[in-house]
Amino acid sequence: MNGLLQVQNISKSFRGLKAVSDASFEIPEGSIHALIGPNGAGKTTIFNMIAGVFPPDAGRIVFLNREIQGLRPDQVCAAGIGRTFQIVKPFAGLSVLENVMVGALLRESSAAAARKLSLEILETFRLAPKQGLPASSLTLPERKRLEVARALATRPRLLLLDEVMAGLRPTECDQMVEVFRELNRAAGTTILLIEHVMRAVMALARHIGVLHHGEVIARGSPQEIVRDPKVLECYLGEETEI
Amino acid sequence: MKKEIIYLGILAAFLAAFPWFAGPYALSIATLILYLAYTGQAWNVMMGFAGQLSLGHSLYVGVGAYVAGGLFFHFGLGPWAGLWAAMAACVAFGLAIGFLAFRFGISGVYFALLTIAFAEFTRIGFDHLQWTNGPGGMFLRVAQRDHWDLLNFRGPPFMYYYAMLFLATAAFLACAFLLRTKAGFYWQAIRENEEAAQALGINTFRWKMLAVAISAAMTSVSGVFFAFYYNNLFPHEIFSMGRSIELILGPVIGGVGTLFGPILGAAALTLLSDGITEALAWLGVEIPGIKQVFYGLVLLAVVTFLPNGIWPFIKKQMKL
Repeated sequence: MNGLLQVQNISKSFRGLKAVSDASFEIPEGSIHALIGPNGAGKTTIFNMIAGVFPPDAGRIVFLNREIQGLRPDQVCAAGIGRTFQIVKPFAGLSVLENVMVGALLRESSAAAARKLSLEILETFRLAPKQGLPASSLTLPERKRLEVARALATRPRLLLLDEVMAGLRPTECDQMVEVFRELNRAAGTTILLIEHVMRAVMALARHIGVLHHGEVIARGSPQEIVRDPKVLECYLGEETEI
Repeated sequence: MKKEIIYLGILAAFLAAFPWFAGPYALSIATLILYLAYTGQAWNVMMGFAGQLSLGHSLYVGVGAYVAGGLFFHFGLGPWAGLWAAMAACVAFGLAIGFLAFRFGISGVYFALLTIAFAEFTRIGFDHLQWTNGPGGMFLRVAQRDHWDLLNFRGPPFMYYYAMLFLATAAFLACAFLLRTKAGFYWQAIRENEEAAQALGINTFRWKMLAVAISAAMTSVSGVFFAFYYNNLFPHEIFSMGRSIELILGPVIGGVGTLFGPILGAAALTLLSDGITEALAWLGVEIPGIKQVFYGLVLLAVVTFLPNGIWPFIKKQMKL
């Protein structure tokens, strides 16, 4: 019971509509965890509660043995959780390098040190040739990579990825998967991803949680999940006898 | 990079030598340009860098002017001491506005409205303040024009010119420096996307407060200069909405968020305004309000054709 992140019985309602109800899961240090589920299942709501966008109505979120529910987003980030946004939010007027430097300045005191770290990260994400261009000139796949690069520059222990594969071509998706694998292996960064692209989920995640109507209906390895009748039911509809 | 330094050197030499060949009228215009450039730079820290629109910056000019002016008027305290009191008062005002707005999530146009409201009710407050003679205005002792009294910031016109040149240069360098620091990066991140900035660990409340404090402190110095340059202060004049707009037109026309924008904008607008007056006098045209119409048309043209301001356009043309 000593996961890096423990989500314990959290619930959240919006004007009476239960978005998440009594959800619990745990992410051990060093793992890659995926949260899947149909649209409106409450995935992003859970993400936002972990990231501090809003507090849960009930339940606890424990990160590094410290309760973090109710902290502000910047405090959560400072505690060691980096996040990306489903709809990318680049600093459009700043250059690609400056975008990443903003993230790097959280742990680096000088701009020079932040620049150095940022250049290394840009190299990893194949954005180094575009470092001087304004972020607004990037294509969508590039913006997605920039989003991850920026979050990584804050040197998180846990990285939350909100549908970073959406809209990518299969080869681009595979390249991203490779980057995350390498990151997880070399730096030991724990990753929690929300994803619709099953190709990426199956290739990356060692553990999958399935959300449906705000509840965690199944948990297990990718192989177990694809055979779970409850999962098949929520994705494909109830099995009917003919 | 080298080209820029050469251009800057030429500009600096020209400005330093200006009083030797300029007449009194040209010198007063140049002083006004530098004053607007400096104040525009101060406003730019808040809006251009941190993205917080203030439409009530006359508040800081007014409070700065009245605090330093009042201390001089009543206690004979010179501007060099009064400056710090003025600065402290303006920072206090700025932080109060910032706290109210940022703590309760007021942003964008609503924040701008709040800044107007503060400037307005401060104006009304000063209208009823006996200590500063209310709406009747406060008049500082005027010394002889050629009489030097540096301790009380009294001297010939070129002294005011050099004081303003020093301030404008210092503000330019300070802003250039700030943009390279953590604060500069964080402000721009907040300006571009506050939510994303916060997700990257930036305590947006604290950094926005810092931007307001620095901007208010810088603007208070404009106020002190104003008091000792013009020697008369009226609440309805110094706190007016028109003043606030006049202060921000420079950086808006020149280029919001750029270092040269406020300087270029201040020069362009002041020269344009006086140029139109001169041209109309030369043509012998005397139609009331015609100057404002021309002025408005030119501003309209700039905003339409150069929506990012003059400086980004020039920068591109000169390939700097």
